[in-house]
Amino acid sequence: MSAVEGTGGAIRPAARGGDRSGAWNEHTKRLTGWSGALFVISVCSLIPVLWIVFLSLKTPASATDGSFIPHHWTLSNYSAIFSLGTFTAALRNSIGIGLISTALAVLLASSAAYAIARLDFPGKRAILAVSLAVAMFPQISLVGPLYNLWRQVGLYDTWPGLIIPYMTFALPLSIYTLSAFFRDIPWELEQAAQVDGATPFQAFTKVIVPLAAPGIVTTFIIVFIICWNDFVFAISLTSTSAAQTVPAAISSFSGVSQFTVPYGDIAAAAVVVTVPVMILVLIFQRRIVAGLTAGAVKG
Amino acid sequence: MAEIQFDDVTKRYADGFEAVKHLNLQVPDGDLMILVGPSGCGKSTALRMVAGLEDISEGQLKIGGQVVNERAPKDRDIAMVFQNYALYPHMTVRDNMGFALKLAKVPDAEINQKVNEAAKILDLEQHLERKPANLSGGQRQRVAMGRAIVRSPSVFLMDEPLSNLDAKLRVQMRTEISRIQQRMNTTTIYVTHDQTEAMTLGDRIAVMRAGILQQVGPPSELYGHPNNLFVAGFIGSPSMNFLPGEIEGDSVKLPIGNVRIPDELRRRLEGGPGGARGGVIAGLRPEHFEDAGLVADRASRGVTFTARIDVLESMGSEFYAYFMVESEQVSSRELEELAADTGGTDLQSTRGGTQMTARLAAESRVRQGQDLELWFDANHLQLFDPDSGRSLLAQAGAGTSTPTPTAGGLQGPS
Repeated sequence: MSAVEGTGGAIRPAARGGDRSGAWNEHTKRLTGWSGALFVISVCSLIPVLWIVFLSLKTPASATDGSFIPHHWTLSNYSAIFSLGTFTAALRNSIGIGLISTALAVLLASSAAYAIARLDFPGKRAILAVSLAVAMFPQISLVGPLYNLWRQVGLYDTWPGLIIPYMTFALPLSIYTLSAFFRDIPWELEQAAQVDGATPFQAFTKVIVPLAAPGIVTTFIIVFIICWNDFVFAISLTSTSAAQTVPAAISSFSGVSQFTVPYGDIAAAAVVVTVPVMILVLIFQRRIVAGLTAGAVKG
Repeated sequence: MAEIQFDDVTKRYADGFEAVKHLNLQVPDGDLMILVGPSGCGKSTALRMVAGLEDISEGQLKIGGQVVNERAPKDRDIAMVFQNYALYPHMTVRDNMGFALKLAKVPDAEINQKVNEAAKILDLEQHLERKPANLSGGQRQRVAMGRAIVRSPSVFLMDEPLSNLDAKLRVQMRTEISRIQQRMNTTTIYVTHDQTEAMTLGDRIAVMRAGILQQVGPPSELYGHPNNLFVAGFIGSPSMNFLPGEIEGDSVKLPIGNVRIPDELRRRLEGGPGGARGGVIAGLRPEHFEDAGLVADRASRGVTFTARIDVLESMGSEFYAYFMVESEQVSSRELEELAADTGGTDLQSTRGGTQMTARLAAESRVRQGQDLELWFDANHLQLFDPDSGRSLLAQAGAGTSTPTPTAGGLQGPS
């Protein structure tokens, strides 16, 4: 994206000057520069992913042989983790807990963001400041007290025990992104809806929400990924398949003896949990970009 | 069908600013009332109070005889056309127009039929399945109109509906709105800052300034008998010329010469609030000047004087001639406000005279830069009190001492 813009901007003034070959050289130089930079970035970010993928395809015996590309290809690691009850249960937990937390967070955040974007009430700034402060809070400092509290009230190792902290930590970010979206929707539309006979709630659900859909989808995906990837809460507040999510489950994989690390299984599990996120991002790539830049240019 | 009545309505914001002050105004059933005034005069606020989008701080607002102060917009049976149309971008034209009916749980077949009918009136039939983003400005404007008429509400509210269109389209839509309003015979309040739009469109016009209603009446009355300097300067294009004057006996001493006051005018002057003496501000409309060479019998009806025409604009059908008159500037708070609103301050105050505009017939042999003998028709002279800005003339036809109370309860200028 930026590469194209950069070259486009560079060629125009030079071409107008009449020195076409010079412009062309300049263009080629820039193109080569940007391509080189992009290549380095791609390699840096893709090699670890490829490493994990290849590792997951190696036989346990050759897992630590130091080669990048496997000598013996196998899918046994995948069949192994799916035959483990703990992994499938963890996958189910991850999906369930992630979706529920995200849905709740977006639902709550959209009403809060709507209020912040539209209404003028005392303490509006304070609410934004507090929600920002919550986002800044180091999660690890809360884990200890939460562990004790959850043990007391019986939320330890349950779905709600993870949903509640996930939702809480996702709210500030959701409120921020959503209120930016709501602010961009002209107030007249809502007033038009009111005059057309809509209650404030109808105006919100039938006019504002559809228009803010890109923002809502973006927020949903970002929040879901945060929940999906969390490790700190998952490892501390769960202990069994009842609520353990995939990151926590992977860390508790055990090898054939206590001295072997099940590299192949871990890699296979990592691939399995990364793939849905990558697919999600690829599908909604345009949406996410549109969402993050919404309101930047007046349409 | 309903009449709208403002009873002493005031809008006061939290910071104490009063956008609308003690507004008394009545819009009869089926009338098209224009609220006009410079920006910030409170006309939009008044409209939004009728819509229910702004709270009413004081007073009562009645629609169809019922007080609606506390009613939500949806319970007022109104439709509104917004300045920027406020079409729902995610809905097709059809859904936009049917939205209100859908909310009212009208059966789909009926919605379809009503939308098709409105589309036919507005020539939108081939665009029904398109989204607003794919329509031109004029088409969007028509969709906004369609959204209002589909519901057959008892009141239409229009907030500068034509200000986003180009000049040609504006004239076209103006006649269309007028046609639709007459056809539906729905009580309408139309807000605009454009006096031409107000003059051509309305049954009656209410001129507002700084939150205060200045004058209400049919266009001809506002044009012929402005209540005060503000209305006089605001209504009419090109706008009225103002000169300082002095009443002496049966004539007015003006910088362009002594004007004998015609009998009719004298009667109205004597019936007016100020009596017939002292300093005045005289108002002279550009269209009441004429090339003296084209006027027969000019001595008996007016005043003739010579002026150097600085700038001449030919409109084809007529000339606009600009010239300077040696005089002191007339100073009035209302006129200054008008000038500030139209951005004409610097033009007026140049070279220690008063810039005047005259509208001359196309047959005139006037040339730019040459002296011309001009004639002014004294029958159309307007006279104002320089202190209060009020008109010194009683309403024509009233003749006697009391000025006719125009409907709607007039407010004196502040």
